[in-house]
Parts: sequence; C-alpha cells; structure tokens
Amino acid sequence: MSDTLSGLLTIGVLVVALVVVHVPLGNWMAKVFTDERHWRPERVFYRLSRVDASSEQGWRSYSVAVLAFSAVSIVVLFLLIALQGVLPLARGAAMHLDTALNTAVSFVTNTNWQSYAGESGVSPVVQTLGLTVQNFVSAAVGLSVAVALVRGLARSGGATIGNFWVDLVRSVVRVLLPIAVVGAVLLLLGGVISNLAEPTTITTVSGGQQVIQGGLVASQEAIKELGTNGGGYFNANSAHPFENPNALTNLLEIFLILVIPFSLPRTYGVLVGDRRQGFAVAGLMAALWGIMLTVITWSEVHSAAGPLGSLEGKEVRFGPWASSLFAASTTGTSTGAVNSLHESYSALGGGGALFSMLLGEISPGGVGTGLYGALLIAILTVFISGLMVGRTPEILGKSIGRREITLTALALLVMPALVLVFTGIGLVLPNVRAQMLASGPHGLTEVMYAYASASNNNGSAFAGFSADAPYTNLTLALCMLLGRFVTIALVLALAGSLVAQRRRPATSGTLPTHSPTFVGLLVGISLVVSGLTFFPALALGPLAEALA
Amino acid sequence: MIIVTSFIRQSVAGLRALLVLTVVLGLLYPALVWGVGQAVGRSQAAGSLVTVDGAVVGSSLIGQEWKGEKWFHSRPSAGDYTGDVSGGSNLGHGPDLDAAVAERAKQAGIPVQGSPADALTASASGLDPHVTPENAAQQVARVSAARGLPASDVQRLVDEHTQGRTLGFLGEPRVNVLQLNLALQGLTTAATG
Repeated sequence: MSDTLSGLLTIGVLVVALVVVHVPLGNWMAKVFTDERHWRPERVFYRLSRVDASSEQGWRSYSVAVLAFSAVSIVVLFLLIALQGVLPLARGAAMHLDTALNTAVSFVTNTNWQSYAGESGVSPVVQTLGLTVQNFVSAAVGLSVAVALVRGLARSGGATIGNFWVDLVRSVVRVLLPIAVVGAVLLLLGGVISNLAEPTTITTVSGGQQVIQGGLVASQEAIKELGTNGGGYFNANSAHPFENPNALTNLLEIFLILVIPFSLPRTYGVLVGDRRQGFAVAGLMAALWGIMLTVITWSEVHSAAGPLGSLEGKEVRFGPWASSLFAASTTGTSTGAVNSLHESYSALGGGGALFSMLLGEISPGGVGTGLYGALLIAILTVFISGLMVGRTPEILGKSIGRREITLTALALLVMPALVLVFTGIGLVLPNVRAQMLASGPHGLTEVMYAYASASNNNGSAFAGFSADAPYTNLTLALCMLLGRFVTIALVLALAGSLVAQRRRPATSGTLPTHSPTFVGLLVGISLVVSGLTFFPALALGPLAEALA
Repeated sequence: MIIVTSFIRQSVAGLRALLVLTVVLGLLYPALVWGVGQAVGRSQAAGSLVTVDGAVVGSSLIGQEWKGEKWFHSRPSAGDYTGDVSGGSNLGHGPDLDAAVAERAKQAGIPVQGSPADALTASASGLDPHVTPENAAQQVARVSAARGLPASDVQRLVDEHTQGRTLGFLGEPRVNVLQLNLALQGLTTAATG
C-alpha cells in the first residue's frame, strides 16, 4: 500500500469515527446541561464542598465563580510544585519559582505550555494530584463557559446563564471522566505504561546502561488529549513511546483530541432548538481543519521527497502522514501535545501549525473554547453581513447592538494584541534573542510561535526556543492568563447581554445563519481576519523561510 | 465591594470543591486505571519489558544505542538513548541541520547521498525503537561480515522482523532494532554453538 493511500485511509477512518460519535455525544452533552436532576454522587459533592448548586447565576456571579475557582487552582498548584521537594516521592524533581508559576498558570488555563522537562521537573505526586486534576477541571471550565454562552442565545428574556458549580461538576462527572476511563484503559492495553516504579537503570544487550521510566502515564495521557490540554508526562510528549507506542494509540489520541470539540456544535444546535445551526458551526470548524491539514501534510510529504526526507523530529512508526495529522489536530484544538517536533517541520508545515493557532483555536478549537470562539466569529459575521446589506444584524433572533459587537470585537482582539506586542518586544530584547536556537526567519517564528501558543492557550512549542528563563516564563504566563480569562469574562458578559433579550421571530429580512452561504462567509471572515492581522509577521517568518 | 466579598466567598467554596475533585480525579481515577492495568494488561503497564535469562535488558518500545559493527544500529538520537531524558534536535531545515546530518553520516561511516533518511535524522523522542526496512537492509552487509554469517541469513532475519502497517493501513512499515538484534544474537549462537 502506498504512503498516500495509507494516509488518506487513516484520515478517512478518523472522520467516519467523528461523524458517527458526534451525534450521541452531542445529544448527551445537551441533556447533561439541561437536566433538572442532580445525580447522587453530584449531590454528595455539593454537600461535601458546600457550594450552592440550587440557584442559577447571572453573568457577573458566574464570572466571579469561574475566576475564583481558577485563582484558587493556580495558588494550590503553585504551592504543590514549589513544595514538591518536601512531599513524598520527590525523587529530586525541582523547578525554579518562575518556572513553577509558569507551570501553575499553564495547567490551570488549559494551555499546558511546559518550560520544564517531565522527567526531571515534576514528581509523581505533582503529576497525579496536580497536573492530572487540572487537566480535567480546566477543560470543564472551558465547557461550562461555552454552555453559558449558548444559554445566552437559547434563552429568551432571562437574567441567568446557569450555575457554574453545577456545570463544572457535570462536565467532569458526566462527560470527561467516563470517556477518560475508557480511553485510558484502551491506551494502556495498547502499551502506554501505568505503574508506580521509579526510573530504573538496566544493562542493555550490548552492555550499555539505560534508564527505564515509570509512572501513572495512561490515566494522565487520556485526559491530556480528551481535555485538549497537551502537557506531556515526558519531555517528548506524545512522541515518547511510553505515551504513544504505536499507530493505533496514535489514532486513538487524535480521536480523543477532536471528539468533544467536534461534538459541541451538535450540542449547540440541540440547545438552541435548531440543529442546522450546529451544522453551520461544525462546517466552519471542519473546513478550517481540512485546509490546515492539507497545507501541513502537503508541505511535509513534499519535503519528504528531498534527499533528507522530512524525518528529522519524526518517529519511524508515524512517518510524515500520521505526524502531520497529529500536528493539524493538536494546533487546531488548543491541545499542544505533539507526536513530532514542529520546529523541525518544513517552513510551510511549521508555519501551518502556527497559523492553525492564530486562527484563534476554532478548527475545531479546545473543549468549550472552540465553540465559544466559533460563535464569536459567527456574531462578527452577522454584524459585517448586516452592514453590507443594511439590515439590523441579528443571530437566532437576538440583535447584535453596540454592546454585543463591542464585547465580541474585544474578545477577538485580546489574542492578536498579546501575540504581536509580546513577539515584537521579545525580538528586540537581547536576552530573548539569545534563547533562540535558530537565527533569521526561523528564529522569528520560534518566538512568535511561543507567544501565539501561550496567548491561545495551546501549549505546543517550537521547542528549540529555550523558554525557561525568568522573563519569558513570566511574560508567557501573563499571555496565558490574559488570553484565557479576559476572553472568558468578555464571553460571559456577552452571554449576559444576549440572555436578557427576547428572541424575535425570523422575518424575510433575516440573514439565515445555517445556510451553506453563511458557512462560506464564516470561513472567509475567519481567514481574512487572521490573515490581515498576522500577514506582516508571517511574511517575515515562515513565508520568508519558504521563499528563501 | 460586593464583588470582592463574593470573590472571597466563592474562592473558599472553590477551594473545598478543588479538594474533593483532587480526591476523585487525582487519586481514585489513576488508581482505577492502574488497577485495571494490573488485572488485564500487566505487561503493557510495566513498559513492555524484554528479559533475557531473567534479567531485564530493555523495553521493546524504547530504542537503544548499539555500538560496533556487529549490531544493527538505531537512528541518531539527540539524547543518545540514555532514557533519563527525551526529545529531539529541534533543528529546522537549513545549514545547521545539513551540518548535523554530515556529522552523523561521518560517525556512522555511511554516505549522505543514498542513505535512508531515517539513518541520518534524529527522531522526536530520541528513543525511537524502530528503523525503516530500507535502513535495516543497508546494514545487512556490515553486520553479516562482522559476524561471519551469510548475508542471505541476516537479510531473512530482517524480513522476519519487518512489521507491516497495522491493520494493513495504519502507520509505517518498520523494524524493531532490539528484537532484531536479539534474534541476530540467537542466530550467531546457533551458528557457532
């Protein structure tokens, strides 16, 4: 079988699996977030933690709860990492305080940027009690915010957008945990390790020494992908054979990355009572994912025809096709796990991975973040279309007035502002330039990739960039914080503004937001907005390198 | 002011919620997966370890460094297969990578032109357990000469250890170097013994 046929069949199987699963999973999530009844374990949870699960919250209370929970999470995780040396099973793991702060912010914001190496930076206690837990709850926070925004569109003339604690707990108990358990067991059977052994030195057949790593990897690996987190147990992430041993586990990991983001449009369609609305959003996500996958795969396979091939930074068991599929999926979903090194990709392959993030993580985006990012694009699109045809812009019977478009525009501008300002500052600082591995256009791409990854809460890296220094650790942490929580606060304010409006019936003058034409508009607007914003920077980085 | 008191109250509630979630997600969930592994996948959970005469000599998933003419060699590695670190060179396409490749070719004693790409490139993990069948085939002459074995026998061994695509279409054809070298050692023992 040729490489091309094998690669296309792999993509085909993945797409079929997603198409089949998104219906029941999307319907299930819609049920989860509208269910009147609490499950028994959930009631126990509310009693033990004494949170108020009985009443709904307005957007201000909801935002305060999100921010308070995340702030506490950062403090607890920071203390856990800073004190890991005195906790059990430390095994010599240590981090500087700026690295520890970067890591705490990184895992709570669902970024999972890693300035440390998993083998030496964190103890098994931090891996399970700290990082695994945040892998779940940071994804649950994203899911909650997305559902709150959908309630804003679905409800008519209300004051509340749900209860954060209920959304958080149900995201964990009814969505993430069951899928993670199944995924972890399948990964384990495929060869991902799960043991309590210390790193052990053995003597190899040819008389050398080698360290065999241990750890509870399978459980962390499953939620790392499912929650679109991406922080690897080991430094090499999903390229490490103990995290991703073969082609089957590789396909399963890509499936886990994409399954919730591609199912959420269905949930949205069901919740607003019009499934066609969900198809339109899924159409936007799928089109962008398909475009980026094509660019990256074409570039990598094309460069594989050269004398050296494109195997630098890739594993033999994956090759260019399965590596590119992973790369497009991980950068399009704010996951940031890698099964190959993006820095060693061809200029357009690595540039494609970068642009995939710069689209704002909507192809199909992270758990929850992808849906609310895509809905922001939809609101922007009806606003621009409304201006063009001279009608009041509205979506699902809610008018997009001054307040709504201001909030939307600000939410869409947070990430580009962070990326461009901090990349620009970084490039003029001698200490940051000294941290680059490459020089010229590729070096510029390294720095831009880092700030794009942090501001989009992705977490993948051009890993030649030595980011573990105080200035970059702290500025990257700042980008992660602002990129995550300013956006969330604006999205929740938008939800509050939308929920207060009554839904007006559609008239003959209403622009339909479910037609293929509208999907085309969505794709066009998202490409034009990111293209115009980032073209000058991309021209100096990946495009200059590709043309050289 | 109301916002501040509300934030403090919600933070206290959030701390309690986080503690309960930590017990469920940080203790019970990993313990459950570990327990299932002990029941139905003990070998995989332990790291697919390979033993010879009762001693662990490696993992079939983790590549090793093989020095000398008489072994099949793994790919170049940024971490020299020590196992305590993992990662790659992170070199982009360009003069730095070309120089690294020339150096690797010199070390291995093979030409840059005409050698399989995986023989001159470092993997992402630095622990790649596989080489391509072409890479293995190119090493047959050296290995069989060093061991005094017929080249056809060694090539047959390579063919036997070439794994095709999983389910016929997933992933890439590959040869596990540790398993190939263990079989090679068995063949040598049989020939001389």
